Amino acid sequence: MSEYWNDIFGGTKSLLVGLGITAREFFKPVVTEQYPWEVPVMMPRFRGHIELVKNGETGRPNCIVCGMCMRNCPSGCITLTGKKPEGEKKKVLTKYELDFTKCSLCGSCIEGCNFNAIQFSKDYNLASTRKEDYIFDLLKRLEEQS
Amino acid sequence: MDTSIWRPILYLIGFMAFAGVNAAWLGWAERKGAAHIQRRNGPKEVGPFGLWQPLADGIKLMTKQLLIPSGTDDILFRIAPILAMIPALTSMVVIPFSGNIQARPIDLSVLLIFALASIGMFAILLGGWASGNKYAVISAARVVSQSIAYEIPMLITVITIVMITGSMSLQDIAMSQQGGFWHWNIFRLEGGHFIYMWVGFLIYFICSVAETNRAPFDMAEAESELVAGYMTEYGSMGFGLFMMGEYLNIVVGACMTTILFLGGWGSPFGFMPGIWWFLIKIYILIFAIIWIRWTYPRTQIYKLLNLSWKILIPFSLVNLLVTAAFIKVF
Amino acid sequence: MTAPIICREDEVFVLNLGPQHPATHGVLRVKLTMDGEYVVKAEPVLGYIHRMHEKMAEDRTFAQFMPNTARMDYLHALAYNHGYVLAVERAAGIEVPERAEYIRVITVELNRLTSHLLWWSAFLLDLGGFSPLLYAFDDREQILDLLERVTGSRLTYCYFRFGGVYNDIDDDFITGTRNFIKRLRSRLPRFYHDLVTKNIILIKRLKDIGFVSKEQCRKYGATGPLLRGSGVQFDVRKNEPYSVYPEFDFDIPVYEEGDSMARYMVRMDEIEQSMRIIEQALDKLPDGPVRAKVPKILKPAAGDYYAAVEAARGSFGCRLVCNGGKSPYRLKLRSPTFSNLSLFGEVAEGMLLADALAFMGSLDLVIPEIDR
Repeated sequence: MSEYWNDIFGGTKSLLVGLGITAREFFKPVVTEQYPWEVPVMMPRFRGHIELVKNGETGRPNCIVCGMCMRNCPSGCITLTGKKPEGEKKKVLTKYELDFTKCSLCGSCIEGCNFNAIQFSKDYNLASTRKEDYIFDLLKRLEEQS
Repeated sequence: MDTSIWRPILYLIGFMAFAGVNAAWLGWAERKGAAHIQRRNGPKEVGPFGLWQPLADGIKLMTKQLLIPSGTDDILFRIAPILAMIPALTSMVVIPFSGNIQARPIDLSVLLIFALASIGMFAILLGGWASGNKYAVISAARVVSQSIAYEIPMLITVITIVMITGSMSLQDIAMSQQGGFWHWNIFRLEGGHFIYMWVGFLIYFICSVAETNRAPFDMAEAESELVAGYMTEYGSMGFGLFMMGEYLNIVVGACMTTILFLGGWGSPFGFMPGIWWFLIKIYILIFAIIWIRWTYPRTQIYKLLNLSWKILIPFSLVNLLVTAAFIKVF
Repeated sequence: MTAPIICREDEVFVLNLGPQHPATHGVLRVKLTMDGEYVVKAEPVLGYIHRMHEKMAEDRTFAQFMPNTARMDYLHALAYNHGYVLAVERAAGIEVPERAEYIRVITVELNRLTSHLLWWSAFLLDLGGFSPLLYAFDDREQILDLLERVTGSRLTYCYFRFGGVYNDIDDDFITGTRNFIKRLRSRLPRFYHDLVTKNIILIKRLKDIGFVSKEQCRKYGATGPLLRGSGVQFDVRKNEPYSVYPEFDFDIPVYEEGDSMARYMVRMDEIEQSMRIIEQALDKLPDGPVRAKVPKILKPAAGDYYAAVEAARGSFGCRLVCNGGKSPYRLKLRSPTFSNLSLFGEVAEGMLLADALAFMGSLDLVIPEIDR
């Protein structure tokens, strides 16, 4: 019998305490981020999709077309080609394509790169209804950036 | 009483408008209230403070296809959402919003309201049954057992009020509580009824929450168990009507609580009684119902029945006896 | 409530709970044979998101498999990272710098907090309480921000490397973590215990519901809070210590009751223990490198290696068979929820539907980890 009364009085008390907590929360300011109006700043280590890094001196990509990123990628989403122009020693990047539909943003490519040729971008507003929009031509992107 | 043709027409339009506005904007109020309890913003894009959101929702629901799945009982499936609205709408006929705003004063209006409230339960039963969905059928079965369990303490509590007032007319019950909060049934000084009436009020309020299928007693649409219960197969305006019916039931429940316990349209201090006091009281009660919903987890069907049969019914019976004793003694 | 059911063969019906159902949190399907609202037989059906993680390991290098580990239990990704990294380190005989070990412990425990907070909120959602979800997410977001600061992602971290961690933590992270722990400590009693744990409705729904005995746990190989809620003191962090866990002073919460409430309480206590571990680790954090020199292509000697870690849901085991090549010959992943879910069928028999779902919520299922 004492359990019965305990349930009633203790239970009612616990319910009132709960109501008190939510009532106090009701008058507190909103904590959510109002996304399209408040755009978050990405952390410096944020892992977006990769992009090429430009050499400060020459204005060309740092990439020497060694293909380490391509080999390191677990999902095989990087394809790159390069050719050796006449009269130069190094290979020059002619095409760098990222298939973002397969990429899982693990960063293996960046870790494998010894020449600081790729970095994470800070893009996160990526939405599209077409698959082709996610085949990024990073070389073109680099040109557009400058 | 003026018996011109305009009276019913005006009341009809008035109630339709009141019901429509409530059914639409209570949805907004619920979302907004929930959002602020959870420290979110809620609807805010459509119009100022998202006030036109119900219109947008309504247009969306109305333009959707009315889908009737194969294997359903076609006629019942169509009737059920309408049946969910009608009893709540009809109840408004006898509710006295103020001393002179009442469509039809009926002597047995209390009885009529509870009879109509029971019909509202049938809408859910039929909707669940006609859907031919297993979740919906479980939900329909739950509604019946819940409804039976909660109507008993509710009616017993109402009997105490009827005993005190000596009338079954809502108008008379509200009239007897005029002139300050000390005349309200919950705090009634004369005859010393305030000593125990708050117990009756709590029982009645809990029952009205359970009767309208609101959390924490929303066994019928327990979405983590039964997907959406009886509404699982409903889309477009069928779903919309069920939602509107639910909100209208809340309004009627709040009106009843106000009239039975909180003095109807009477002001707390004895001056300026009128419809505004009635509206303030019902919206405070509705806010309390929303607030409760967003605070507690859901009960479980057996615990719910336990609460009714082991706690509420004994208490309401004792309450009835005590009332009788008080009326006799004082 | 397990009332004796007299059920007639022709009066039962089959209810397909899932693969899309609000309470299964993913694509789990449970085939329930029901008699009214009572469950007569429950049969979990798996395999809706099987992704062959184990097979994928066999044609990738050791490093390339790293991102996969985060995608099994996406709620406690770092523990899975840790388990895999430990196994490979044992195989290749890599020594991990001490600072890296401490950073691993701090991040894994922070991740455990996010996992438990998410479980708590999702469990309350199963029980029909909405607001606690948002309160817990408010706290969880703070941890995610902290972890994003060091790891660069918010959910599927891929932060550990063979021989250390990807990069060092900074002072902002350390002060941020300390502030967060202060904040969670102040919020725990009110938002978690007053609002929910002491709530009579919750107590009535969890007490004496979903009883799991020690024998059942042994039979099905259940681990984690499920096992500890049944009164068995087993935690890989204490019983088979790895990393630098022996250096910390923490308790293993154990409850004897074996019901849903016991499992609930175990997890709530674990939140506090995790905070204790993080605080101690931050105090003792040594200086030094965070990553040992490791060859880019690992070729561990042939052999059979095993490492287990305590993930939020139980012990995660990683058995690695190497044949001297640059990818594993065989990788067997023991995921805790798979064993925990196997219990469900036996325990749910005779329960009400609502109780069975509350019990399922208390198991803390993560479906991608069951299906791997």
